[in-house]
Amino acid sequence: MSKMSKVVIPEMPPLEREMIALRIANMLEDGSYVNLGIGIPTLVSNWIEGRDIIIQSEIGMLKCGPLADEGEQDQDRINASCQFVHELPGSCYFNVETSFAMIRGGRMDVAVLGALQVSAKGDLAGWNNPARGLGKTGNIGGSMDLAVGAAKLIVAMEHFTPGGEPKILEVCNYPLTAKECVDVIVTNYALIEVTPKGLVLKEAIPGITAEDVQKMTAAKLIVADDFHEMEL
Amino acid sequence: MDKTYASPEEAIADIPNGATIAFGSFFTAGKPTALTKALAKKGVKDLTVVVQQVGTGNEEMLELVTNGQIKKAICNYPFPRSASKGAQHPFEQAVRGGKIKLEIYPIGTFVEKLRCAGAGIPGFYTPTGVGTVVAEGKEVRVFNGAECLLELALPVDFAFVHAWKGDREGNLVYRFTAQNYNNAMAMAGKVTIAEVETLVEAGELDPNFIHTPGIFVKRVVETGRPEFNSASV
Repeated sequence: MSKMSKVVIPEMPPLEREMIALRIANMLEDGSYVNLGIGIPTLVSNWIEGRDIIIQSEIGMLKCGPLADEGEQDQDRINASCQFVHELPGSCYFNVETSFAMIRGGRMDVAVLGALQVSAKGDLAGWNNPARGLGKTGNIGGSMDLAVGAAKLIVAMEHFTPGGEPKILEVCNYPLTAKECVDVIVTNYALIEVTPKGLVLKEAIPGITAEDVQKMTAAKLIVADDFHEMEL
Repeated sequence: MDKTYASPEEAIADIPNGATIAFGSFFTAGKPTALTKALAKKGVKDLTVVVQQVGTGNEEMLELVTNGQIKKAICNYPFPRSASKGAQHPFEQAVRGGKIKLEIYPIGTFVEKLRCAGAGIPGFYTPTGVGTVVAEGKEVRVFNGAECLLELALPVDFAFVHAWKGDREGNLVYRFTAQNYNNAMAMAGKVTIAEVETLVEAGELDPNFIHTPGIFVKRVVETGRPEFNSASV
């Protein structure tokens, strides 16, 4: 059975990347420590200013502040995506060995990462796109440690690849970041939870039905009893 | 005890061909810029470099690549993030062309290999990388029901670190996120060479706030504040 043949991209305009980030920001609880990966996850920080949420940057900073504009930038203060940031009252700096002790040691309440593929069991593939042709090498960075170590792993991604292929599959065929690590997937069309029973469709954006989401997903979805329209 | 050298060239003068060298820096922050430039000028070859990334935000390392001085690189985020930038990048081209051998690790494993080398621990088990290409060929052992990989310590012949301030005895203080890998690399180095923006006399640094104790540092050279080149990842 061809996975491509059962995927239908609807005409309904999907969420902007900033809105995926907003949906995730609304899932975060006050009092939590959170690490945000490169890409859509970084945008989550735009929606939590003023909230009691502490951002860890794996370069070695807790209470990482917002991006710094020109004139306020310091070459010695960047986040793990190489962007200039501000510090906040209560910020602290530390070395990378301490940073990853926090991550592997289970101190991150939530990690938000991007993904190339997610499987029905919550396997994550995010560091190596085979199309780039780098074989078994590539940019692992902190992704494998975060996937293994965070108490809760939220994936923020587009529902399809730029080429229109589904990114949620029964089994990943790209190199894995970690097995059975994803808890929640938020895409530009839907919010899906990974459970022991399988993928549970909890929310879809306005104008998109559960059937629509199933048609554009190459893994079986269980529609939640309380399935509803995504609120932002 | 006075560990200072007059110039980066003198501080690295005994580095031979084939040496394994670790370089601090997380993208643009905390780069041992002056030491790396001196190494390019010296022209030693067949080097194994241990560094987060080669190239992106690290033009000094790029010079070692284009000079053909590197035989092997041990990294965790080696390439430009963008595939199109990567295709144009001399380091990625050298790896694709088989001119530089590349070994990769997740960051947490990469830095712990260095820390362990400095701490007298020959290896450690980590849950990171299980079920991925990182696990290939590695011993797996189960702890509390979870599979873990055996990873080995990574000692290096020389470590180049960049500090904000250092005293003549090698005590170092880093600034903000320029701290990053510099401490673990200083610990892992058989000979650790610190370039410091400002050199001070013993007693001038607050002893309560030393990041790397001087015992891990063999040589100190004052190089001033490096000129900053911004870079996008």
